[in-house]
Amino acid sequence: MNALNTTAEALLDDRPSGSDGADQMGHLVTGELDLSHGVALYLDDITVSFDGFRALNKLNLTIDAGELRCIIGPNGAGKTTMMDVITGKTRPDSGSAFFGQTMDLTRLTEPEIAHAGIGRKFQKPTIFENHSVFENLELAMKTDKRVWKSLLAWLAADERDRIAETLRLIRLDKEADRPAGLLSHGQKQWLEIGMLLMQEPKLLLLDEPVAGMTDDETMRTAELFVSLAGKHSLVVVEHDMAFIEKLGGKVTVLHEGSVLAEGNLATVQNDPRVIEVYLGR
Amino acid sequence: MRKPLTLRVLSSLDSKGWLALGIFLALALILVPVLNLAVPEDSAFHMSAYAITLIGKIMCYALVAVAMDLIWGYGGILSLGHGLFFALGGYAFGMYLMRQAGSDAGALPAFMIFLDWKELPWFWLGSDSFVWVILLVVVVPALVAFVFGYFAFRSRIKGVYFSIITQALTYAAMLLFFRNETGFGGNNGFTDFRLVLEHSITSPQTRLVLFGLTAIMLAATLVFSRWLVTSKFGRVLTAIRDSESRMMFIGYNPLWYKLFIWVVSAVLCGIAGALYVPQVGIINPSEMSPANSIEIAIWVAVGGRATLIGPVIGAFVVNLAKSWFTVSFPEYWLFFLGLLFIVVTLMLPQGLVGLWKKLMLKKGVAA
Repeated sequence: MNALNTTAEALLDDRPSGSDGADQMGHLVTGELDLSHGVALYLDDITVSFDGFRALNKLNLTIDAGELRCIIGPNGAGKTTMMDVITGKTRPDSGSAFFGQTMDLTRLTEPEIAHAGIGRKFQKPTIFENHSVFENLELAMKTDKRVWKSLLAWLAADERDRIAETLRLIRLDKEADRPAGLLSHGQKQWLEIGMLLMQEPKLLLLDEPVAGMTDDETMRTAELFVSLAGKHSLVVVEHDMAFIEKLGGKVTVLHEGSVLAEGNLATVQNDPRVIEVYLGR
Repeated sequence: MRKPLTLRVLSSLDSKGWLALGIFLALALILVPVLNLAVPEDSAFHMSAYAITLIGKIMCYALVAVAMDLIWGYGGILSLGHGLFFALGGYAFGMYLMRQAGSDAGALPAFMIFLDWKELPWFWLGSDSFVWVILLVVVVPALVAFVFGYFAFRSRIKGVYFSIITQALTYAAMLLFFRNETGFGGNNGFTDFRLVLEHSITSPQTRLVLFGLTAIMLAATLVFSRWLVTSKFGRVLTAIRDSESRMMFIGYNPLWYKLFIWVVSAVLCGIAGALYVPQVGIINPSEMSPANSIEIAIWVAVGGRATLIGPVIGAFVVNLAKSWFTVSFPEYWLFFLGLLFIVVTLMLPQGLVGLWKKLMLKKGVAA
């Protein structure tokens, strides 16, 4: 098996070692995450076209470190495309996207961006249905995610504690050993939020996190997000106005791929352009 | 406390699993030699050389099936070219056997003399060394798998496209090996072996040693594979199978995970091929024919994907049926194989192991 081991090691040498991937990816990432100027995410003049349709049209958006920002907008406004650009799934045709002062998101791959500290929750809950709730959290946990480390991985006591703590937070401690596919829709949403927390991201992108939740679950989610703000930056895409009101942060309205209005919820709701977009002309 | 790796490997099987494995090894290493050598030939309990070769051959196939299960059942990647890696391992070991079959040390293999070649091609250098050839058995399939897999997985080729490309790969290799100029005996391949490590290859003792080695290799592969799929690596692999893009957003790079299991699978096939050739006594390019590789997938499907033991059962069931059919009704074998595949796909998506589990569950409910 020795020849095999060396092959595998050669495979793995491509990525740096150590537990904190982001810090050690210096040759791939243009510097470490630098939030010193108070800006977590900086999108400048981003344009993305699909077959001539402009999904994003010179989009400008700045998220401060520790900020909780809500993004609303009618269908097709470009909310999901914006998240695709931030997480490396879609490359913009023009414009620049920076994470902190130095990290150029348009040059990094999806796993590199994840290691750098951006976590994403999808619109449709995407959890691993064949894995148990516990295993879902284990897979998401921030750690060295290269092949060799996974082969030899063994959960340390503090890692088990962290998973247990997250299980309590998302109120799934009784479901830990059940296959995640058996959870209710609301529970799946919570599990995905839990997975996001296990990644310890600096910036959380949440695409319709409370869709399908009961009112009670929605309010608890809002409380959780508010408590996360400050230490983390959050970008929440939602349609549920009661939820957005509860979150309280600044609201950005997207329309046809660019920012239509920005401000607190009351200002935005009274903006005649926003009313026109939502109610039709 | 971190558990030592050896302990983790040991605990990847439960006591029932170890018991079954122990019984299997006792049968293969003690009972079979006794039935073959000690029981007189006219006794009903005598085990013939034919039976030993047949079961030894099927154990090699079972090894290939387990390798296929790792990549298909757990990785979700259907390879229709695994016969190539099996044949590469077989050819590598066959080179050594051909050198041993020569009339004296340093002589060219018979087919080269027939082609009027004066010296060995460069890639035959060292083929008279047993150790070098064992190295080739591992390294050649690994290298081919690594290069092919790297480009295929990096280009994010998936699903049926990947299957078709692997099929084309083994077909291209078959055409290459059919040519006399390639230096591997053309369409006749390698045969007429005489010695292995200076022992006669047809003696009962050699046959039993090869049989025993195959049984040990199969058992070791099952333990290794069980550990692999119950480790965190295994959980990451099945998660990539179920939702690759999600794993990328969590920070895993699927390329290296797929490539690792792909290379492991290819190496296991190569070892199986190397054990197969001295027992069967021949290797030729037909081992690389697309139909052979498809049959490997059928064994796994019949036994039950992502179960490890299922593919072993599948390889035995299909191949025992094949050796009975091809003697009794040779013209109907392919029809039967096709029918079997359709029935399994439609009625038994989890294979025989899935059927067994379902029956046990029903019994449990009834009781």
